[in-house]
Parts: sequence; structure tokens; C-alpha cells
Amino acid sequence: MELVQIQRRLVDYTKSLFMEGFLDAQFLQLQQLQDDSNPDFVFEVVSLFFEDFEKLLNELTIALDQPNVDFKKLDSHVHQLKGSSSSIGAQRVKNACIAFRNYCDVQNIEGCLTCLQQVKQECYLVKNKFETLFRLEQQIMASGGSVPTIELGF
Amino acid sequence: MESCNCIEPQWPPDDLLMKYQYISDFFIALAYFSIPLELIYFVKKSAVFPYRWVLVQFGAFIVLCGATHLINLWTFTVHSRTVASVMTTAKVLTAAVSCITALMLVHIIPDLLSVKTRELFLKNKAAELDREMGLIRTQEETGRHVRMLTHEIRSTLDRHTILKTTLVELGRTLALEECALWMPTRTGLELQLSYTLRQQNPVGYTVPIHHPVINQVFSSNRAVKISPNCPVARLRPAGKYMPGEVVAVRVPLLHLSNFHINDWPELSTKRYALMVLMLPSDSARQWHVHELELVEVVADQVAVALSHAAILEESMRARDLLMEQNVALDLARREAETAIRARNDFLAVMNHEMRTPMHAIIALSSLLQETELTPEQRLMVETILKSSNLLATLINDVLDLSRLEDGSLQLDLGTFNLYAVFREVLNLIKPIASVKKLHVSLNLAPDLPEYAIGDEKRLMQTILNIVGNAVKFSKEGSISITAFVAKLDTLRDSKAPEFLPVLSDNHFYLRVQVKDSGSGINPLDIPKLFTKFAQNQSTGTRNSGGSGLGLAICKRFVNLMEGHIWIESEGLGKGCTAILIVKLGMAERVNESKLPYMPKMPTNHGQTAFPGLKVLVMDENGVSRMVTKGLLLHLGCDVTMVGSSDECLRLVSHEHKVVFMDICVPGIDSYGITIRIHEKFTKRHERPLLVALTGNTDKVKKENCMRAGMDGLILKPVSLDKMRSVLTDLLEHRVFFEAI
Repeated sequence: MELVQIQRRLVDYTKSLFMEGFLDAQFLQLQQLQDDSNPDFVFEVVSLFFEDFEKLLNELTIALDQPNVDFKKLDSHVHQLKGSSSSIGAQRVKNACIAFRNYCDVQNIEGCLTCLQQVKQECYLVKNKFETLFRLEQQIMASGGSVPTIELGF
Repeated sequence: MESCNCIEPQWPPDDLLMKYQYISDFFIALAYFSIPLELIYFVKKSAVFPYRWVLVQFGAFIVLCGATHLINLWTFTVHSRTVASVMTTAKVLTAAVSCITALMLVHIIPDLLSVKTRELFLKNKAAELDREMGLIRTQEETGRHVRMLTHEIRSTLDRHTILKTTLVELGRTLALEECALWMPTRTGLELQLSYTLRQQNPVGYTVPIHHPVINQVFSSNRAVKISPNCPVARLRPAGKYMPGEVVAVRVPLLHLSNFHINDWPELSTKRYALMVLMLPSDSARQWHVHELELVEVVADQVAVALSHAAILEESMRARDLLMEQNVALDLARREAETAIRARNDFLAVMNHEMRTPMHAIIALSSLLQETELTPEQRLMVETILKSSNLLATLINDVLDLSRLEDGSLQLDLGTFNLYAVFREVLNLIKPIASVKKLHVSLNLAPDLPEYAIGDEKRLMQTILNIVGNAVKFSKEGSISITAFVAKLDTLRDSKAPEFLPVLSDNHFYLRVQVKDSGSGINPLDIPKLFTKFAQNQSTGTRNSGGSGLGLAICKRFVNLMEGHIWIESEGLGKGCTAILIVKLGMAERVNESKLPYMPKMPTNHGQTAFPGLKVLVMDENGVSRMVTKGLLLHLGCDVTMVGSSDECLRLVSHEHKVVFMDICVPGIDSYGITIRIHEKFTKRHERPLLVALTGNTDKVKKENCMRAGMDGLILKPVSLDKMRSVLTDLLEHRVFFEAI
């Protein structure tokens, strides 16, 4: 495909992600931090997020499997996840985490389990999205172009 | 041939008469011939005779006469006609020449007579010149004598030698019998015989000074002939000799102060010595005018020589005195230098020796405080710490003051934030003031420049000292601190006339007034306040515990800053006002190289606004940690990442200007960390700013942060712009609490 077309595709795709609520303004901030001295900043942060996520997911699953659920520990993990997700602008994940925390506060195991599932799902979804995004960016870079910056109209 | 009747017999009868005539004629002819010869001879000898022509005439005339007489001899006998004609010719010629000669003589004889007159005239002239010549020679000789005498007199500067030489030389030159010098005594009422020519050791004759003869001599500057019977002249036992003439002359004794060589006649001091000269008795010699003149000149020269001698004596005395003083001063200086050196050595040693143990005590006491202690033990340790801090301050004060006095202290000039100094002072004093329930207010004039050039540390020390004193000595009420730029009229203080402020373009005078409503000071005690070690005894409160050096040191600092400090008080119980004026330089527009913090607004997006700013980020969450790091890196900061509070405490140093702490993780005791960091950095300007990052919008948490001593709070998520503005605000105001 032609460079311009790829770029347009990227822009459209990113915009759709925002529209659908997968990403929020924080992601734009991240993109702003990427410059010549830090060319892969966003990619690194996102990769780190997903690494963290895997670990946390493990922890959460183990914690919820216990006969005596340690809600404090659970809360702290979810808190971590919430923090991470909000840092990269994964809005849906963050919202799911918030819901999860609420259930932790009231010590509702069922609710927690449900939320856990939801969080998992959202995470994998946004992971896919990110992968597509990065692929497109790579294509653009390979063709010698530059990644266009998104300006949010809203 | 018929004999004529005129034939005379060879020898006529009157032949006796004839014979005599014959002989006479002969001799006449002889004489007549020899006279011209003589004349010619002598005229030839003398070259100068002017009348040669006359002589020739004369000679001719005489020759002819002689010839006539000679020819006459032949006429006695019968003579021929030739003889007759010759005779006639001769007679005619003779007649002619004699007539001419007679005529000539009319002219010549007056001339010859006048020659005689001229000769007489010349002789007279010669006699006159001879006389004059004699006079000149005499004068010249007198002059020579004077010069010689003067030379002798002036060749020495010793008083006695001068006088002795004078008398000796005068005696020799004038061939005197006796020569004496009478000097006035100390009282001035008598003349004492001081020097004589012949007598070796004159007995101390004295003559009262008010003798008419003496007065006469003193009143004239000429040598005066006096009678040999005058008491000053009666130096030798009266003998049967006819005493020679005596002459006396005054010798002025000049004071140093009126020694003017042109002012001989007008002498303000009328001290004279008397010189008496006596001609040899029985010599019938008279005093000649030139001799008198000689005596007068010599007297003057002696006066001058004596004055020179006096001047020399005076200057020698002064020089000796100065040398003594010089030696004494040198000694004193060396002693002072030794003392100063000893003191400096002592200070240098004490400086180190005293501080080392103090540091040990303070450090170990504070460490001891950290350990587990019973309450009594804690109390004891606290007391130890307080006392040792006090002692350390005391030592520092004393050492500082010594250095200040030495003049070896120099200000560390630099650009600093003036407002920050005042805020700092306020912050430091607030705790104590609030304990004593004193209200402190700070009033900075709007025209006070924000940045100034000066010694920040010492200015702060001074202001703190004054404010501290105000707090210390006030039991209740309020303390107000005002600071403004002093105008010229407010700079003068009548009590300090030596303080002369000079306004210049790049300096300004900062005036700080600290007014308290405390116990006040007796106006009489005010001058003593600034002296070392003087405490105000009348306050009665001895718990101040200070050394009394504080104000003295302040005064020294203020003096170094070319300023002035004073205290006004209306009396005991009426509070007092401390006023300080210092000279500070105006800072130009602040630029990056000078200040460590640069509150510059970023001109375009993405520019580094805080190059090299060292920050520490503590966040347990890896992702958000990375994001924050990225943010700060983008802004150009030098970021250190830590993941736990222990790591944070370990790595935090005074190089880090800001510490960002994520406090929303439940496992972190942000309060504790804040306290620990506060403890670690006791000096306020070394401590990094502590900023909490939190996602919580919890007011309680915010208050907790503030109370713990955090300098700021930011809500997550932080955008780039937000971070930039936060850092800017933070570094400028050292505080940033986001509104929740």
C-alpha cells in the first residue's frame, strides 16, 4: 500500500479506538513523550504494561482461589493494575479495575470473580488493538514515512 | 804798493786789548761751535725732543755766529777783500737766521714753559694715585683678613671652637693685646666674661647689663670706641702702661625662629653678647676705620655661625629623640605582631580542635536519640543535644567574631532571592513565636527587588539574629518585620555620623525594621549592646543563654556590607525597634548560569525547560513509574528511579531537587518517609522538595501530606504540560498543592 494510505488508515484506526473508549487522553500524552531521544517510548511502556498485567493476573487468580480471600492483598493488586492501565490510557481496563475494587471493598467474591473476567477480557482486547496499531506504525516507518500525530477534536 | 792807512801793524800799540779781544773771540767761536755739537749729540740721544727744527735753527744761528766771530779774527790784521766778503756773507746769514730764530722763539718758549706745568700736574696725580693705591691695598688686606677669619669661624659648627677661633684670629690679624667676649647670663641681667684671648680660664666676672656704655654699644651696630676704664675693658690689672684704645662691638645672638639673614637690623630678640678688643698698650696705635669695619663684619659672622651651631644642636637633639621613638615603636610593633601571630595560631588550632569534639558530641547524641530510650534517658539526651548545639553555636560565634575582627572575613557575594530570605527567616522563627504566642508579620515593600547581590547566608544570619532577639525578649504581643528600599533621606542617622551612604546605579540600600512589643531597653544601654560579651543585665531573664556576641557579630557583618545597624527604644517596657541598613547590589535580569532554579516559561512545545534538574521518582508500580520517568526525561530532568521507600531513603541526596512519591499505594508510609527525609536533611536548602503523586482525590490525604511536611501534591494522571507547570511553580515557590 501507499504511504499516505497507510498513514490515513492509522489515523482512522486510532480515532476509532478513542471513539470506542479503548484509549483516552493519557495515551496521547504518552505519544507526546515519544521523540528522537526516545523513539520507542510508547511501545516500551505498553509492553511493560502487558508484562505487568500477566503477572498481576496470575496473582489475582491465585488470590481469588484461596479459601480465605485476602481482600487487602487483592485490593492492592487491583490498585496496581488500575494504576498501570490509567498510566497508559487504557480506559476500559481502568474502569473494569475500578469496578473490581468496589467489589473488593465490599468483599464480594462473586463480584470480584466477574470483574476479574471482565478485566481479563478488556485487557486482551486492548492488547490486540495495540498490536494492530504498532504494526501499522512499523509499516509506515519501513516505508520511510513518519507517524502522524493525532489531534483530538473533542 | 802803497800801504793803506788802514794797515795795522802786526802788533799795534794797544795790543793787550787786542790780544784779549782776539782770545775772547776765539773762545766764543769755540763755544759757539761746540754748543750745537752738544745739542746735536744730546738731541740725537733723546728721541723725544719735539723741537728739532728749532734746534737746527738754533744750531745754524750759533754756527754762523761762531763763524762770524771766527772770521772776525782775521779782520784784526790786514785782510783781503775775500775775507771781507766772507765776513759780510757770514754776518748777513747770521743776521737772517737770528731774526728767524727770534721769531720762532716767540712761539716756542710758552710751550716749553707749559711742559713744565704739565710735569708738575702729573707728579701731583702720581702722588694721589699712590695714596689711593695704599688705601685699596689696605682694604684688600682687610678683606682677606675678614675672609680668613670667616672661614676659620664658619669651618666649625661647634660653639666653643667658633668663639675661640674668632678671638684668636682677630687677635692675630689686628695684633691685639687682649680680646674678650662677654655673654649674657641666663637671667639676662648680667654679662659674664666667657672667653678671652690671653687668659686661659677666665674667672667668671660679671658685669650688670644696664651700663650706659654697654647700652651705647648695644644700641648701635657699629664698633664703638670705649674708654679703657669701662668695667668691661678692665681685664688686666692696671699697670703703669698707657692702656691702648679699646673698641667694643655687639654680637647678636639669634634665636632659631627669627633667623633671617636679611633682617639683621630688625631683631625681635635683643640678646647680645659683647666683644671687647684692646690694642696693645703703649703702642700709640690708633683704631683705623678699616680695622673697625673688620671688627664689625667679624661680629656679624660670629653671630651667624653661632646661630648655625644652635640649629645644628637642635636638630641633632630632635634626631636622637626620633631615633629613640623609632626604636620603641619598632619594638612595640614586633610585639604586636607576635601577639597577633600567637592569637592566630591559637585560633587555627582551636578552630579545628574545638569543632571536632563538638561534632562528635552532637552527631553521637543525635544518633543516640534515634535509639530506644527510656523517657528519662531521652530527656537527658535531648538536654545534652541542646547544650552541645548551644556550645557549638557559641564556638562558631567566637571564632567568627575573631575572624571578623581580624579583617580576614570576606563576604561570599552571590545573587540570591531576597524574598526567599525573609520567608526563610519567618519560617524559622514561626515555631518559637507560636509557642510564645507572639504574632509575627512580614511586610515587604512592593518596590523591593526580588533578586539582589550580596552574602545571602550572612544577611540571613543577621536578620535572624535580630528577629530572634526580638522574639527572645518579648513575652507577649507582636513582632513586625518590614523591609523596603531606603531612600537617601531615611539613610541618615544622627547617632552615626560616620555612616555616609553613597547611592550608585547598581546598588541599593535595603532597610529592615524589626519592631517588637517586648521589654524594651534603657536608651542609655543602647550603645553597649553592640559591644562584645555585653549582656543586657536589666532584663533579668538569663535563660537567653546567648554569649552576648550575636549583636556584635551582626554589627561586623553589617559593616562589611557597608551598612549600619542600630536599635531604638523608648525605654523599659516600651518595646524596641531594631533597624538595619545594608548595601546590596542590584541583580540584572536573572539568567540561567547564575541561579540553580530557572523558572523560565518554555517557549515551544517539547523544549527542555529544566536541564539537569535532578529528581528522584519513587513508585512501586512499574508502568506508572516508567511513564513518570518518561515525562520528566522529556522535560530534560535527570531522573533516578526507585521502587521502594527504603531505596528512596538510601538514594536520596541533597543533589536531588525534587522527589516525586507515589503515595496511593497502601503499602507505603508516606508520612514516615517524609519525616525521615526531613530528618535526613536538617538544612532547609539542602532538602529536596517532596511531591506526592496520587490518584486519590482525598482531602484528608492531602491534609496529611501537608502536615507531614510535603511540599506538594499532584493528582495523577499528569500530562506533560501539567508536569511542566508543576515543576515551574514548585521550583519558584517551593510549594505546589493542587486543588482537590
